[in-house]
Amino acid sequence: MSIEILMPALSPTMTEGNLSKWLVQEGQVVKAGDVIAEIETDKATMEVEAVDEGTVEKLLYKEGDNNIPVNKPIALISGEQVNKSDTSENKNITTPNKEKQETSETLITTKKDEQEKVNLSKGQITMRQAIRDTIAEEMRKDKKVFILGEEVAEYQGAYKVTQGLLEEFGKKRVIDTPISEQGFTGLAVGAAFKGLVPIVEFMTFNFSMQAIDQIINSAAKTLYMSGGQINCPIVFRGPNGAAAQVAAQHSQDFSSWYSHVPGLKVAAPSTPLNAKGLLREAIRDPNPVIFLENEILYGLKGEVSADDNFAIPFGKANVAKEGKDTTIVTYSIMLHKSLEAAKILKNEFNLDVEVIDLQSLRPLDKETILKSVKKTNRLVTVEESWPFASIGSEVVNIVQQQAFDYLDSPIIKVNSADVPMPYSSELEKLYLPQVEDIVKAVKEVNYI
Amino acid sequence: MKKLSKSDHLKIFSYMLKIRRFEERSAQLYGMGHIGGFCHLYIGQEAVVVGVLMTIHKNDSVVTTYRDHGHMIARGLDPKKIMAELTGRTDGYSAGKGGSMHMFSKENNFYGGHGIVGAQVPIGTGIAFTHKYNNDKNICRTYIGDGAMNNGQVFEAFNLAALWELPVLYIIENNKYGMGTSVDRAAAGSDLYKRGEAFGIKGEIVDGMNVFSIIKAADKAGEYVRSGKGPYILEVQTYRYRGHSMSDPAKYRTKNELEEYKNSDPIEIVRTEILKKKLATEPELEKISKEIIEEVKAAADFALESKFPSSEELYTDVYI
Repeated sequence: MSIEILMPALSPTMTEGNLSKWLVQEGQVVKAGDVIAEIETDKATMEVEAVDEGTVEKLLYKEGDNNIPVNKPIALISGEQVNKSDTSENKNITTPNKEKQETSETLITTKKDEQEKVNLSKGQITMRQAIRDTIAEEMRKDKKVFILGEEVAEYQGAYKVTQGLLEEFGKKRVIDTPISEQGFTGLAVGAAFKGLVPIVEFMTFNFSMQAIDQIINSAAKTLYMSGGQINCPIVFRGPNGAAAQVAAQHSQDFSSWYSHVPGLKVAAPSTPLNAKGLLREAIRDPNPVIFLENEILYGLKGEVSADDNFAIPFGKANVAKEGKDTTIVTYSIMLHKSLEAAKILKNEFNLDVEVIDLQSLRPLDKETILKSVKKTNRLVTVEESWPFASIGSEVVNIVQQQAFDYLDSPIIKVNSADVPMPYSSELEKLYLPQVEDIVKAVKEVNYI
Repeated sequence: MKKLSKSDHLKIFSYMLKIRRFEERSAQLYGMGHIGGFCHLYIGQEAVVVGVLMTIHKNDSVVTTYRDHGHMIARGLDPKKIMAELTGRTDGYSAGKGGSMHMFSKENNFYGGHGIVGAQVPIGTGIAFTHKYNNDKNICRTYIGDGAMNNGQVFEAFNLAALWELPVLYIIENNKYGMGTSVDRAAAGSDLYKRGEAFGIKGEIVDGMNVFSIIKAADKAGEYVRSGKGPYILEVQTYRYRGHSMSDPAKYRTKNELEEYKNSDPIEIVRTEILKKKLATEPELEKISKEIIEEVKAAADFALESKFPSSEELYTDVYI
């Protein structure tokens, strides 16, 4: 009987892969441990080894075939010649199926505010490409802009965001650093004081805690402490929040941490379109900007502006979906869960929800929030961060103070659980806000 | 290195004396309640910064710690504006928002004045990175207290500076105590200048009470760095006469120890040298001394007459 070799999941968020190369031919005998193929993932090109023995019966994909879903058979091995008793089990060549987490195909069609004004490009690109392209466009325009971080150059980015930059701009401007966050962050802050425009990539924002003194005490405060003499034009960017099963130390949302600090600006894109607009604004801003990406959204495809000067001003939220019954204020990945919830609420409960994507967290667009709440009279905030002193807490304060009389029900905050992120996928799901949690909260503010 | 002229000698004497008189006046104003918060005096260490800055080029950069008043005076900054900052006035270098520990002068390439021990070291390394990026042949002098030499980011910065051959001269001002903890109670292996060896950074140790030794070493080290060979470490052994800050009674050391250092006072060494070489007479030095007292007094008067920042200033300079 044949053993199926499946497309393996080679990273926590991989949902599909490209078959770069076959290293075996049909009819060839393979032993456990033989490298049989090279697979290009969302992060790198990886070798795949056989764990079973037998003769390669059929290769189901050609070299160069792209977007093969994880767990789809890519080859068949005939196990008949193999003298093993347990060929009926453990047919996979790698780890078992991972939950498909990365949003690779979701199409964004609800950027209402922005679509009205923006001349969109033909075709769609991923969030990852949108970020990469913006960095490259700004580096072409301004020689003071450079990027540094762990694995940004020769490795092409731990999440492939900086792919191709080294080739185009050279090692003077695309700089691999050692694993030395406090050192290279402080160095970049010094370079910004002296007039360069560094883009600091944190492999993830979890590691920014190693460098947080330089971000807050040096980057954010020096303009003030110098009486306006020394500004710090710098962007700190990288994935923020949960990925998939990387557990407590690698899954943390820093939006309210950084938004707390005067002197910093904080942006959190949700789509390729606003990733481009907000990142360009961040690079051109003369102040330090925290740019919170989301790993699960890196594969998200969408249209972007065709204008390579397109920028979205900070402090401007986007009404992603208009509605009249309840306002949801959200940002980053939770925009997508909120929009899903809005569909369910419409279909099943005939509730017309307005969804506001904050886009920038500091400065915060109070006007758009207040205008919406004054219309809908009900508010739910949705975010991935812990509940205590979160962005939602700030939104609640603004609304209770400036629109108290417009509220028809108490505001509900939807957040992650108030615990460190667990590893187990079932617990992880419970930890994170889910669509059903949002649906439940909106029903509750409507007394349904 | 070119021989020091008569005017060089007098400049050294003047700057060192000006720092001392300025710091004494700061102590007085602190006692009177005109200066608040933390205030760290440089008395006893004057030779270090004056010696190093005799070798500086116009567009070189400087970054230092919170013990920064003397560094600013030696860089030629205006004592009036320094004192105005210490007293929290609008005419201060940071418009009254920085205070003793956080003063800057961008036009003089003086990048602070940093209050967090060790944080200035990666920053100075980044300024050096910019000099190299711009290929402008300038260097950044980055001062480090002995206390910071046990702080992790210092070694991260050393690694990056050596790895990327950055034009940064690290100057360790070893005044024997990090606040109340002596170097031998804080640092395993006492030779701080050797702490770059693992990264291939050359270092040497210099007598910090003798300004002429410092000038010689700083000149050599500065040119090494400027020639593109990467970073260099100078450990300058000095001593602060006063406590760590104004509120420190310095009970962790003996009076004898302090008196011993005072016997080799850095300013007296310069005075003796000038007289020995007959570059000036005692009355001429006395005249300089009086002028400095007047200048410092004028700085204090200026500061106390300067306005406090207006209430609108609370919200300016957060963003540009």
